[in-house]
Amino acid sequence: MDKPKAMAGSRAYSLWRRQAPAAIALIPAAVMVVTIYLGAMLWTVRLSFSSSKMLPVFDLVGLQQYDRLFATERFVLSSWHIALFGVLFIAGSLAIGFLLAVFIDQKVRFEDAFRTIFLYPYSMSFIVTGLAWQWFLNPSLGLQKVVRDLGFANFTFDWLVQPDLVMFTLVIAAIWQASGLVMAILLAGLRGVDSELWKATQIEGIPTWRVYMSIVLPMLSPMLVTASVLLAVSVAKLYDLVVAMTKGGPGLSSEVPAKFIMDNFFERANVGLGSAAATMLLVTVVALVGPWIYVEHLRPRRNKA
Amino acid sequence: MTVATVPQGARPKTFDKGRLLVYAVLLIASAFFLTPLWVMLMTSFKTMAEIRQGQILAWPQHFTVDAWFKAWSSACTGLTCDGIRVGFWNSIRILVPSVILSIALGGLTGYAMTFYRVRGANLLFAILLIGAFIPYQVFIYPMVRLFSIIGIYDSLTGIVVVHIVFGLSLMTLLFRNYFSSLPIELFNAARVDGAGFLTILRHVVLPMSAPIIIVATILQVTGIWNDFILGLTFAGRDNRPMTVLLNNIVNSQQGEAAYDVDMAATILTAIVPLAVYFASGRWFVRGVAAGAVKG
Amino acid sequence: MSAVSVKDIGVTFGGLKVIEGLSLDIRAGEFIVLLGPSGCGKSTLLNAIAGLIDVSDGQVWMGDKNVTWAEPKDRGIGMVFQSYSLYPRMTVEENLSFGLRIARTPKTEIANRVSRAAAMLHLEPLLRRKPAELSGGQRQRVAIGRALVRNCDVFLFDEPLSNLDAKLRTELRIEIKKLHQEIGNTMIYVTHDQVEALTLADRIAVMKSGVIQQFASPHDIYHKPANAFVAGFIGSPTMNMIDGEIAGRDGAVAHKSPAGAIDLSRYAFLRSPAAGAATFGIRPEHVGLGAAPAGRHRGNGKVTLIEPMGGETVVWTEFGGKPFVIKTDGEVDFGLGDAIDFHFEPARASVFDASSGERM
Repeated sequence: MDKPKAMAGSRAYSLWRRQAPAAIALIPAAVMVVTIYLGAMLWTVRLSFSSSKMLPVFDLVGLQQYDRLFATERFVLSSWHIALFGVLFIAGSLAIGFLLAVFIDQKVRFEDAFRTIFLYPYSMSFIVTGLAWQWFLNPSLGLQKVVRDLGFANFTFDWLVQPDLVMFTLVIAAIWQASGLVMAILLAGLRGVDSELWKATQIEGIPTWRVYMSIVLPMLSPMLVTASVLLAVSVAKLYDLVVAMTKGGPGLSSEVPAKFIMDNFFERANVGLGSAAATMLLVTVVALVGPWIYVEHLRPRRNKA
Repeated sequence: MTVATVPQGARPKTFDKGRLLVYAVLLIASAFFLTPLWVMLMTSFKTMAEIRQGQILAWPQHFTVDAWFKAWSSACTGLTCDGIRVGFWNSIRILVPSVILSIALGGLTGYAMTFYRVRGANLLFAILLIGAFIPYQVFIYPMVRLFSIIGIYDSLTGIVVVHIVFGLSLMTLLFRNYFSSLPIELFNAARVDGAGFLTILRHVVLPMSAPIIIVATILQVTGIWNDFILGLTFAGRDNRPMTVLLNNIVNSQQGEAAYDVDMAATILTAIVPLAVYFASGRWFVRGVAAGAVKG
Repeated sequence: MSAVSVKDIGVTFGGLKVIEGLSLDIRAGEFIVLLGPSGCGKSTLLNAIAGLIDVSDGQVWMGDKNVTWAEPKDRGIGMVFQSYSLYPRMTVEENLSFGLRIARTPKTEIANRVSRAAAMLHLEPLLRRKPAELSGGQRQRVAIGRALVRNCDVFLFDEPLSNLDAKLRTELRIEIKKLHQEIGNTMIYVTHDQVEALTLADRIAVMKSGVIQQFASPHDIYHKPANAFVAGFIGSPTMNMIDGEIAGRDGAVAHKSPAGAIDLSRYAFLRSPAAGAATFGIRPEHVGLGAAPAGRHRGNGKVTLIEPMGGETVVWTEFGGKPFVIKTDGEVDFGLGDAIDFHFEPARASVFDASSGERM
């Protein structure tokens, strides 16, 4: 039997009444998403196809800016630099973070103190980290002098001013900041390993280090992936650390894409070129991170009214 | 003739080389992590004369806090030389509204998304999430133009809006995850009692949200205080945060660098997030882990 | 020489003595069950035998070797745990062979042992699967297989069936019994489930608060419980206990209580019975309904509750003013409130000293 139209209408009405406040509550977020997350991003991509210099120009010049981009030494260099940085930084942070987590997991005394020490750099700004390491690695007054004073007269650590080596100083500073984060993530995972698993390995006589490498590490792979993605995002965003520690120098030898983009937007009045570089950055990040986001987060959730 | 002891009772404690290794590694790692901080502190308490001698690890021969006073009130941060305290207060003025509003909006959005079925909410969330991973440089230029047109570029309002916008994805994710883990029965019971959208938020959900609000506050306070690039671009000359002024003090100097003042200024800038870190203890780790759920 | 023996051991956890002065001798090839309620120390004892926890006093022997200070891997044991503890990211085959690979066993030997264990436990079709793809019962078989490949003398089981549902528990229980019949190794098995204990064990050690109450065959534990605790722990429904006192002497001893005077002349006392407070215990399944054959003690009462269980029926009534339970085959033809007659043979009962709880 059909429901009377009035009743069906009122049911739809009460459903709407229930959802309406929620819909209204989502308006600010929706506005921000549309104007900034989507709008600004699309506009940047649009500008990359224009000839904009100091101010936006709404013409279309095809791939001209991109041609320019790949012919610009600064951009090509910055891409190599960030790739090198990315690989070393992620690998180094994962390795050191894992080691720290494993060693802290050994039921050591002062565990809280150690954890506090390893994680505090993560609470600081990249600017602070960059300036601290810039000073610590100062060629004449820093680490080099310390080791020389210990008797190693020929020790050199002037990497900050060596074009071939300066990227490595950035890697060291970044690992110093981020491995505590990896440690915190992995430690949570280590604590989730069943104690009966450890008993079983004791009965089988498997040495502890082997248990960590062959059994526990594979169990941690979701967390390692999570940590890697987080680190990768920092790699793409790398700007503050470079500005503080090396200013891109010496010369162009620590130039990175984020800095290239900012410089072209705001100092060199090359909006079109900067937009092209920004678009390249966008494409790279989406390609690397997109699949992972889908798998982890965009599955249907429970708890709906 | 020795008599072999019969094994019985508790095992005799043998010297464990393994534990020695563990502690050694942890101590060496601690040295690695603490040395830059130590160096910064020591430098800030020395005179330039002593610094030029180059013993950066050593305790000051003449312990002095002069550099700290100079950094606070008379260091040159560009055109003016009023010290980094200007930046400190600017950062506070940026921090308070940004933290409160970004958490409020994130909480509201997360609540609406978790308990209600609004068409398009999932798509909204997906875009927010992906947006969290994209570097600011992809959005920044159009935002600058837009804010200019509206009139909030180079203003306190502008930088606060920027922080709310960019904080939205992490905050929404945090709250949405947290609310999803609350028992739906509470929500349903309140609905049966006739409570509406805001009533449930105020009387059912909010009282249960203390843990996630603490976590969100820690993450936002640390993130916004430590921000450099957004403050540099959007805050305007009068509102430059401490990080920006710090960079000016250290990296844009004429003549010889005043390392003592530089280091004092650096530590001053790091004090607020460090204080939050030490005060929050396990909450910080929880926040990091919850934020890691995002990534 | 025993296969496993524990001499006067004590185990302390953070200042608390969980086990004190406990000794146990297990013969080669025996299937021993450590049975008791939660917290009785059975898992602690098993872990001490395994070497996973240290004893604070006493010695642990395996055969003719004193293993008190030996590492678990050097004690010749294999162990199966409650939550399986398989290596999650390895296949079944890798799980079985991992320990052997670490010990640098030759590849052919590893292959031999793995295929033998897989055959015995019907694991062949599962060798390429990972633990997450296995059912609970399959995972437990892999866990047993992992112990099997070690070719050890003694197998230890720590409540391996507790996480399984009832049907699976029965199936795996039978498999474990068949395994013992096939390979004949000494097995020490911890459980709180008396059915598992009674069906699997050659001998059961009933434990309470860190002390072994009785160490005997299932038959003796069931028919001649050493004290009131054991009597009450084994058997479902629990043994009927009637408080009263022993009176009379020599040939004419009886148990006097509100339930009447029960003639104990045919009861096998451990020692000459002294007069005094005593508890008379008779199992519900040893109580018969209806007219009593000669020599049996008779009683009657009103039915207060009937629990039909399909093949059996549990009848609740009153005897001497206290609840009295009777278990009988099939169904009953009386109802609630009816008066019934019942009877039992005192020689099948157990009499306990009221103060010590010990069997008399």
